Amino acid sequence: MRLLLNKFILGLSTLSALIGLAFLGWILITLFIKGISSFHFNLFLNDLINGGLRNLIVGQLMIAALASVIGIPLGMVAGIYIREYGRGKYAELIRNLSDIMVSAPSIVIGAFVYAVIVVPTGGTSGFAGSIALSIMMIPIVINTTDSMLSLVPKELREAGIALGASKYKVIIDIVIKSAKVGIMTGVLLAFARIVGETAPLLFTSETSNYFSLDMTESFPSLTVSIYDLANEPEKASRDLAWAASFILTVMVLVINLTGRFITRNKG
Amino acid sequence: MEKLFQKISLASASLVLVILLGIFITLFNASKPAIDEFGFNFITDSTWNKEIIIDTPVTKVNEKIPVINEDIIMSNSPVIVDEDAVDSNTKTIFGGFIPIVGTLLSTLIALVFALPIAMGIAVFLAEIAPKHISHTVGIAIELLAAIPSIIFGMWGLYYFAPIVAGLVGGYQVSLLTAGLVLGVMILPFMAAVTRDSMNTTPDVLKESAYALGATKFEVIKDIIFPYSKVGIIGSIILALGRALGETMAVAFLIGSIFSLPSSINSPTISIPVAMANNFGEANGIGESTLFYLALILFVISFTVISFAKFFFLKGHKS
Repeated sequence: MRLLLNKFILGLSTLSALIGLAFLGWILITLFIKGISSFHFNLFLNDLINGGLRNLIVGQLMIAALASVIGIPLGMVAGIYIREYGRGKYAELIRNLSDIMVSAPSIVIGAFVYAVIVVPTGGTSGFAGSIALSIMMIPIVINTTDSMLSLVPKELREAGIALGASKYKVIIDIVIKSAKVGIMTGVLLAFARIVGETAPLLFTSETSNYFSLDMTESFPSLTVSIYDLANEPEKASRDLAWAASFILTVMVLVINLTGRFITRNKG
Repeated sequence: MEKLFQKISLASASLVLVILLGIFITLFNASKPAIDEFGFNFITDSTWNKEIIIDTPVTKVNEKIPVINEDIIMSNSPVIVDEDAVDSNTKTIFGGFIPIVGTLLSTLIALVFALPIAMGIAVFLAEIAPKHISHTVGIAIELLAAIPSIIFGMWGLYYFAPIVAGLVGGYQVSLLTAGLVLGVMILPFMAAVTRDSMNTTPDVLKESAYALGATKFEVIKDIIFPYSKVGIIGSIILALGRALGETMAVAFLIGSIFSLPSSINSPTISIPVAMANNFGEANGIGESTLFYLALILFVISFTVISFAKFFFLKGHKS
């Protein structure tokens, strides 16, 4: 009886894992079939106004890239503070708050940026979108940096100090160097996460049908346009949404796997 | 240089605090008109975008009535506060009850659906599977978490919902389908954090139990669960906190209608979806109302997540 129950429960558990994998497979296969059937290389050459996706892909990457330019240095330096300089309660408070902020509703961040940037500047812009995404990115990068730095042995720091290096030198030349791979992985995963975000962009960057490099205007966004296209009645729009989703997912998963691959090879 | 770098790093760290306070203050200021207008009754009021007459001068009755009727009929449509229609003697009422209920119920459904499967996956990864399988399946499950939420929404609407509706009847866009897709979304996160909690159980404890002749299930039930209980509850609450604020997956599936769901498979709306769909067109009191909803959502999820962090996951890194 005990053994039977054991088998039964372990069977159920394995079944759960299969269910989890089945969902992943189902979503990926759906995306692949729907995506491939509407996929065309002209999608990369035309803008949305002509039935292509070029402006959207470029726009999405630009918004996410600028968000990274803002978010990664700030997050890293903040992470260095709470691990290397911070003493006591304040650093602990920041660590906890940033942990909470990772799970903050992204649409609320969108509303915040709308109120503090979009309204005062008179309209949606690529910059506003980037700022919304960077707010999402900062706590992720802080957490990664913090936990990666915690893996660096204390002896390394002490050796640096003993050689007469200043604390700043030790951090930049020794601590960061030895945690480099882990931090890079974390940063790539953070990028993969924000590049697929929709909700924070809905009322900050919005989207646009035309090619644009001017981030002070409403800016083309792949994810926001997927949402618009998927809700349109014409089949052509929905097909385009599937092709766009396929491209987006491939992008996100490739970046994500690259991040994991780096640690696996070095770590 | 040394001092400068230290200052910069302190400033960046403080940015987190500044942003969080900034979000709170900004949301509060922006929702001030709605808070003044509707007060705390907002939370239990289920009217949405409905005009009522507060004071009716006789001369205005005739021209006003058509407008009012039209607006009552259209009360399910986006929040468009037509400045011409809002006259000194009518006022538009917004209540947050429907989206609040929609948010809580869809999260609850997601939780009920995801919990057993996530526990199963966690047990499989931590205890059953051989190392290399556990590693590969673990990555696959984490990839499921990396898929953008809008993809879950589209897949849910066009492929998952028709099957669910076929099985249980009702609408394809409903509280049920939205909750289930939300469940699929939080599944990997919940499983991963639960697995990590289970992995903290010392091997010595497990080995002692095996040595006494316990089966694997007994070890899981009597050793691992009690040992990692606190961490597991924490991860469940954390997953719940994330589900509350999820927008895009739910936006495709919940139906976006401002009406209380009469059954589990009828459409309704949640706070993030109300914001996503109506923010662009809203202005005046309508916009302020959406900020009020955002504030409520922010406070709820902040509370839930900090609760999980401080009571259950203390010193636990997710």
